[in-house]
Amino acid sequence: MRTVVRHRLFWPAAVLVVLLLSNLISSPGFFSVTLQDGHLYGSVVDILRRAAPLILVAVGMTLVIATGGIDLSVGSVMAISGALACVRIADGAGWAVAVLAALALSLILGLWNGVLVSVIGIQPIIATLILMVAGRGIAQLITGGQIINVTDDAYRVIGAGYALAIPVSVLIAAAMVAVAVVLTRRTALGLLLQAVGGNPVASRLAGVHARRLTLLVYVFAGLCAGIAGLIYSSNVSSADSNAAGNLIELDAILAVVIGGTALTGGHFSLAGTTLGAVLIEALNVTTVTLGIPVETTLLFKAVVVVVLCLVQSATFRTLVLRRRKNAIGAPA
Amino acid sequence: MTDSTPAVLEMAGIRKVFPGVTALDGVDFRLFPGEVHALMGENGAGKSTLIKVLTGVYDIDGGDVRLAGSPVRFAGPLQAQQAGISTVYQEVNLCANLSVAENIFIGREPRTLGRIRWGEMRKRARALLARLDLDLDVTAPLTSYSLAIQQMIAIARAVDIDARVLILDEPTSSLDAGEVEQLFQVVRRLKDDGVAILFVSHFLDQVYAIADRMTVLRNGRLIGEWRTAELPRMQLVTAMIGKELATLEEIEEQPRAAAAALERGEPVVEARGLGRRGAIEPFQLAIHAGEVVGLAGLLGSGRTELARLLFGADHADEGTLAVGGRPVTIRSPHAAMAHGIAFSSENRRTEGLVADLTVRENIVLALQAARGWTRPLPRRIQDELVAKYVAALQIRPADPELPVRTLSGGNQQKVLLARWLITEPKLLIVDEPTRGIDVGAKAEIQRLVAELAGGGMAVLFVSAELEEVLRLSHKIEVLRDRRLVEELDNTGGLDADRIMRTIAEGTSQ
Amino acid sequence: MTALGTTPATNKQAPPARNRVYRPKLRQLPVLATLALLIIMYVIGTANYRGFSDTQVVLNILVDNAFLLVVAAGMTFVILTGGIDLSVGAVVALTTTLAATLLDAGWPPAVVLPAMLLGGTLFGTGMGAVIHFFKIEPFIATLAGMFLARGLALLINRNSITITDGFWTSVAQQRIRFAPGVFISSSVVVALVVVLLGAYVLAYTRFGRTVYAIGGNADSALLMGLPVGRTRIGVYAVSGFCSALGGLLLSFYMLSGYSLHAQGLELDAIAAVVIGGVLLTGGSGYLFGTVLGVLVLGLIQTILTFQGTLSSWWTRIVVGALLFAFIVLQRLVTRRVR
Repeated sequence: MRTVVRHRLFWPAAVLVVLLLSNLISSPGFFSVTLQDGHLYGSVVDILRRAAPLILVAVGMTLVIATGGIDLSVGSVMAISGALACVRIADGAGWAVAVLAALALSLILGLWNGVLVSVIGIQPIIATLILMVAGRGIAQLITGGQIINVTDDAYRVIGAGYALAIPVSVLIAAAMVAVAVVLTRRTALGLLLQAVGGNPVASRLAGVHARRLTLLVYVFAGLCAGIAGLIYSSNVSSADSNAAGNLIELDAILAVVIGGTALTGGHFSLAGTTLGAVLIEALNVTTVTLGIPVETTLLFKAVVVVVLCLVQSATFRTLVLRRRKNAIGAPA
Repeated sequence: MTDSTPAVLEMAGIRKVFPGVTALDGVDFRLFPGEVHALMGENGAGKSTLIKVLTGVYDIDGGDVRLAGSPVRFAGPLQAQQAGISTVYQEVNLCANLSVAENIFIGREPRTLGRIRWGEMRKRARALLARLDLDLDVTAPLTSYSLAIQQMIAIARAVDIDARVLILDEPTSSLDAGEVEQLFQVVRRLKDDGVAILFVSHFLDQVYAIADRMTVLRNGRLIGEWRTAELPRMQLVTAMIGKELATLEEIEEQPRAAAAALERGEPVVEARGLGRRGAIEPFQLAIHAGEVVGLAGLLGSGRTELARLLFGADHADEGTLAVGGRPVTIRSPHAAMAHGIAFSSENRRTEGLVADLTVRENIVLALQAARGWTRPLPRRIQDELVAKYVAALQIRPADPELPVRTLSGGNQQKVLLARWLITEPKLLIVDEPTRGIDVGAKAEIQRLVAELAGGGMAVLFVSAELEEVLRLSHKIEVLRDRRLVEELDNTGGLDADRIMRTIAEGTSQ
Repeated sequence: MTALGTTPATNKQAPPARNRVYRPKLRQLPVLATLALLIIMYVIGTANYRGFSDTQVVLNILVDNAFLLVVAAGMTFVILTGGIDLSVGAVVALTTTLAATLLDAGWPPAVVLPAMLLGGTLFGTGMGAVIHFFKIEPFIATLAGMFLARGLALLINRNSITITDGFWTSVAQQRIRFAPGVFISSSVVVALVVVLLGAYVLAYTRFGRTVYAIGGNADSALLMGLPVGRTRIGVYAVSGFCSALGGLLLSFYMLSGYSLHAQGLELDAIAAVVIGGVLLTGGSGYLFGTVLGVLVLGLIQTILTFQGTLSSWWTRIVVGALLFAFIVLQRLVTRRVR
């Protein structure tokens, strides 16, 4: 039991379970999943479907954070990717061409961030701020400032379709998580990333090419954000440059932190991040079903950020420990 | 500077204990007004601990400190400063973005009603610098001046706090000869003004040039206090290094015996005039297969700098390096590894291990980095390799999946060695592999080095302990003040005294 | 400088040449670049568009951006220490919402105004304390602050609240006229006072100089015996105060309180500070530069308005491009200095 409680993912998992259970209060059938027209329906499926873009973005963010960096531009990349795909489709291109174009652009945007960070040597938070600011402008430039509505059924499948009774977006997210896991655990990427994030100096002296790896993770994060942008725009059948991925960078960072990856880099957990992303979406859904004002989710997130950071803060830990020791050692 | 004037600072029976180590054990130290007093000692001697006690960074566990006769105890650097004890550190601890005048006065600016009087501040800054014989543009940012001038500005700041005691903690380590002389002029001027100066430096020539008196510490204990004029260099070096003959009886005389038999063919690695400004002057060095080359010299003599240059951790700005007879350019550790060179750093924690990774991950890191991320070392092979070296080096606990930070210092050192051994290097450079670890582990690591050389590997062995270098090496390169001054063949007749004489005087003749 | 400064530093016997390395005043380069940019933009504007040279066009930039100027001034303090404050937009929104709600409930402006300013200051102090005492990255601590403030604002009221208070409406309509058709609002006066006060504090007080010292080298500042902790908490308090004041100015400007006001304002403020030549790593820059940065942002919008055919999104792209240019410029400058 002790080892279970002490597992890194115990607390996030416990919170998730409590959140899901609390839905039973107002909707007893919360966990029921039904099969209609060969599609799975139900609140739980819905949570996963809504969490898909966040999972994608957060997975990319995890690898960036593992190297000790951060990517603020993911929301903007989502907007740009969705915008390009929808405009291409509206221009009469096939959905596949549109999707490929959007993904290619996402890769380029990721490369841009990566070059700024690893080649020019700008602090990650500052480097990615540039694209964060300019990105939504670029998205609007692509769409001409309009909300582009598309009616391509094939494109709609990405965000709103079903395959094997499961939402396609969930399958895509799962696939990308799997890709990330294979990439990091089946190759040496995970080890080398953790080494770079954990101790850059020692890594260099052990012959690790930190620059290439850093470039790679920003490109991957760009790709993940691009796919998330496609799912988002496909789901609403339109490209909305302002709404797409709004504030998702913060949710993604939050998901990563909840999942037990420290912002200082080093050890990372893709499973934890996925759990964190689902937790955040479950929180959003739960507040709705319980009839709590949606706004409280922001407060909740604030509390979670503070608590998690305090727990990770070495100073705080020693403070608490000293208190405890004093309390025990103090004469009555 | 006569003993009849009372000491401005007296420290008696100072004890400072850290978990697991007694850093200072009954150390006495005194400082007279108008003298420069050098505090000497090798790594772990307790110099920096003593300075931190003096400046209020550490609280003491025993003994007492008297300033001008009355007992004092500081709660922090600020209190020590207010009491008249100022410190100038090795790294210039000023703000590069602020002006010269501001760096001297920030925190104590002349003000009226809270408004800083810039004109007055500049005037005072100029006057203060003039006292040190410096004529600078006090409105210029600090960065427009050389490191030496910056160091003197730091001294000016320290002096302005009406310092009675000025601590100069390795202020010369990044200065060249001309700059050092400039600095010394300032120091002499302050000395004439009656300031008591505690001076720390690793350069013997500098110490003899400036210090009136010396105190030597070793392993947290006081070895003695001498007037500079009465302490020959040889005696100083002996006092600093000491002789630790007792611990390492286990290693036989095998390296020395082997030295005679060693056939030196083509050197594995040969440095021709390799050097880097401010780190190590150009040197010649050839290391052969099966040979252990020892680097001897005091702290700061350029041991680590030489090693880093061979490994490409720093870039050489002159000279060439040949591997297996062919000239190569090594611009990164990665490139050095491709040529079969491995380097185990002296700073296990900051430059060696990745604390949060497991023992296994740390061991395979270098080999994996050499292969690139796309060609992972299969887990089965990883486990085999790791198991082999955990057993061979007797790493305890023998669980490769523990985070490496949970291991003891000696075992961490073995993990670091294992990391390089699995890359099967032609040349293994080990920098202070036995520092800070217990005697048993020390002997094991020494035996391992001898065995590796016996198996044909070339080893460059860097250590502050002369006995250890003597025991293991076929030949010994002696470094002094960032120069390789002499190469000594370790074939009988060579003893610690001879090496110490070279370290002290630059030549053994 | 007097004649003293022009003679090279000597230590009498030492060779004088190597003591003093001549360098141009690199740290002023970004501000000069911004000033040049501003002038060029203005010249282009007046050359191409009729009515652009009208004095009121420039004054309107101030009128429209007074609240941004105040917020950016607070941000300048934070960034000079090498920190960042992501919470400013949310605090502005919270201030407008809370002020509107309290006024609606009949509280007198004489109570609401100081209460808001005090609240903002305390909020900033709290974040600063978390950053300093628990050594949490400013980015994360102020992110939490942002969530918290925005969440509180939404909790108070999700809808926009119109302000009908007499004082507020009269301030909103207050115009300080210099000539017919040439005027500024009282918010501009407040903003300019804040800027002047801030510039004075940075240049002439111990607090201000410590801000620079921390940004230059926090470890050194500590060893030099400077009150690093107090100052670090102080800059977040200043930023909190400025955000609350900015919120009040915005509520005068909009005559409403809304929890979704000032979305992304933190980005505008950071952009203004960076374009104004303040080093994002801290220690170098001037509040005057931030003013220029805000003017550049405002001028971009004005030009786009005059242009008519160029769409509004170009603002963001141009701001992004400028950010890029200035960050790379900063990188080059710091590389040479260090």
